[in-house]
Amino acid sequence: MGILKTFALGGVHPEENKLSSHAAIEVLPVPKQVIVPLGQNLGAPSKAIVKKGDKVKVGQLIAEAGGFISANIHSPVSGTVLKIDPAIDSTGYRRPCVFITVEGDEWDENIDKTDTLKAEIALTPEEIVNRIKSAGIVGLGGATFPTSVKLMPPPGKTAEFLIINGVECEPYLTSDHRVMLEKGQEIMVGIQILMKALKVEKAFIGIENNKKDAITYLSELSQSYQGIEVVPLKVQYPQGGEKQLIKAVVNREVPSGKLPIEVGCVVQNVGTALAVYEAVQKNKPLIERVVTVTGKGVKKPSNFLVRIGTPVEQLIEAAEGLPENTGKVISGGPMMGKSLTSLDAPVVKGTSGILIMEKEESGRKTESPCIRCSKCTYVCPMGLEPFLLSKAAKLGKFEMAENEMIMDCIECGSCQYTCPANIPLLDYLRLGKLKVGQAIRNRNKK
Amino acid sequence: MNKFTISGSPHVHGDESTKKVMYGVVIAMIPAVLVGVYYFGLDAVRVLLLAVAASLFFEWLIQKYLIKGPLTINDGSALVTGILVALNVPSNLPGWMVIIGALVAIGMAKMSFGGLGKNVFNPALVARVFLLVSFPVQMTSWPKPTPITDGLVDVITGPTPLGIVKEGLGNGQTMSQLSTELPSYTQDMVGNIGGSLGEVSALALILGGVYMLWRKIITWHIPVSVLATVAIFSGIFWGFDPEHYADPMFHMLTGGLMLGAIYMATDMVTSPMTKSGQLVFGFGVGLLTILIRMWGAYPEGVSFAILIMNAVVPLINKGFKPRRFGVKPGVEVKA
Repeated sequence: MGILKTFALGGVHPEENKLSSHAAIEVLPVPKQVIVPLGQNLGAPSKAIVKKGDKVKVGQLIAEAGGFISANIHSPVSGTVLKIDPAIDSTGYRRPCVFITVEGDEWDENIDKTDTLKAEIALTPEEIVNRIKSAGIVGLGGATFPTSVKLMPPPGKTAEFLIINGVECEPYLTSDHRVMLEKGQEIMVGIQILMKALKVEKAFIGIENNKKDAITYLSELSQSYQGIEVVPLKVQYPQGGEKQLIKAVVNREVPSGKLPIEVGCVVQNVGTALAVYEAVQKNKPLIERVVTVTGKGVKKPSNFLVRIGTPVEQLIEAAEGLPENTGKVISGGPMMGKSLTSLDAPVVKGTSGILIMEKEESGRKTESPCIRCSKCTYVCPMGLEPFLLSKAAKLGKFEMAENEMIMDCIECGSCQYTCPANIPLLDYLRLGKLKVGQAIRNRNKK
Repeated sequence: MNKFTISGSPHVHGDESTKKVMYGVVIAMIPAVLVGVYYFGLDAVRVLLLAVAASLFFEWLIQKYLIKGPLTINDGSALVTGILVALNVPSNLPGWMVIIGALVAIGMAKMSFGGLGKNVFNPALVARVFLLVSFPVQMTSWPKPTPITDGLVDVITGPTPLGIVKEGLGNGQTMSQLSTELPSYTQDMVGNIGGSLGEVSALALILGGVYMLWRKIITWHIPVSVLATVAIFSGIFWGFDPEHYADPMFHMLTGGLMLGAIYMATDMVTSPMTKSGQLVFGFGVGLLTILIRMWGAYPEGVSFAILIMNAVVPLINKGFKPRRFGVKPGVEVKA
């Protein structure tokens, strides 16, 4: 296969631990109650349009986009709205959620529930974008950026390539891998739809070489679709980062502070491509997604098709329960995931996995002085100096942090993963980004 | 209600640790230590044990009673400094001088700056230079290498190859006249020459260097740039006047250059953070070494060169940044 492509700067290779890669996607039973947070996407939270006591069907709109960068939310179940109240979500904060008591499973009649592949794309590019927008689709890789916004390049910019992210560089997670293996045809049609919407001739699917079966399968399928090419990539974290993926696949560098469209690229996750297919061809809004439940102590590492709003606890039960010595439960992967405070937190659009860590691996190692080994600098995929930025943030020198380009940090965690002195570099970097971000916004207001 | 650990990502950590890095350096020094013991016998063992024991003791003493901070004597850094102090002195150095060397390295060069990671200058080199200017006679009487297999014999002292050249050229002799007195390159490689305990065998030092490269404890940038600079500059002078300047191979294989380039200049704490900065640093070390060797008062200049360059590391760090993603050189970015 020759030399595999990858990105140029930095990177690490944590243990892959893809325990659930052979577990076929199982449909998780509809829960008794769902909790649907109103803030599920990047940008403004959505506005609820239902009230206590309302009857809803599966796929019915329950919250509207709260701004340009926001998304619609549809009911993932049929039943009665119990209340709209704050509840702890996967961020650990109490935020407004729509509670729905489930009654039966009655779907909106406009949704095509059949499995038959519908390959013919009847809609115009504008209609496609509108359909994706109304279906509430956001990036399912975890960043949850509204997909329709990405499909409308700003004036003067045109897309040249669509890049589909099948990298799944986070250790443990396998939801994208399973989707590629089990929903390959649908993904291909979804990609064709996205290509039509963006008016591009060429799409690449970037997949890391630890998923050879997905590479083989999608390469075969791509023969019968115009302009789609599978690009196998060397396994290296954080290749699933948008900028890293673009660099790896088409060797272009998104300028600092700019978006991928600057270099003619739009990146979408494979799961998003599937959701686009379902929305455009089957009229099905984003009400469910595939979630990996995994961990070294988990009896049955699995991939579940889950309704949005299902409490995490039910997923863990379906994977044969919370192990005895659980120390930490993470929403997402081990490199960028968030640790959960409560198992009542619901699955949201951006939940790619639930990782259960044993007590022994949950804590942090004791911090010791920086020995200036510079390993953090060597592994930073953005070419930053994490030791310097974290020190600047720690000392409150935010101006210096800004000049040293702290806002380019993608929070991949490679620096902290590598640090021999166990310094929580990313904690300080996040603090620095927060403060510098505030300063920039204040400056722009004036 | 379950009690879970809450912390920011990343939730996993690679298997690197300060301890592993330090003990990796210790492993890398084993070949040089063995060669030292082979040629300088029990004297070398004595100096090594004294230097290590004194370094560990002073580290413990200062942390416990002066700084009153956490004890980090197990992290391996004092062990590394101790071995390096031993490798940098003649094997017949009186014991109390070795102990003073360890005190200077740990107490003055390391702890007074705040301990591990905070020091500006390489501790072992500060000790070497301190001893050199304080006890010039003892620090420059080099025992002749005698394989340990020859049994116990009286130690005879003699000059180092660099010393022979410095003195000979100073007395108006030419390189071809001196060549009979100088050891062969093979002798330089295995370490059958006069010199400090751990600097004699280029081969053993390179072996350890390769190990550190493989373990990713060091990168190639500093050793290669130091050696290349020395080779190029000594080569230029040798090319013009081979009778009055030693050849590049001689400069690379003798004195403390290999020890300095591979183990001392690469010290993480006191060298630049970026690879481009490391190349500049290495160039400076190489250039200063040649300047001192050719025109300075001392026959050897590696220690001074590294210490001088240590002092400019903060400046190098400011001037040489990593290549930022998405920034074209020379193009101003407005975020």
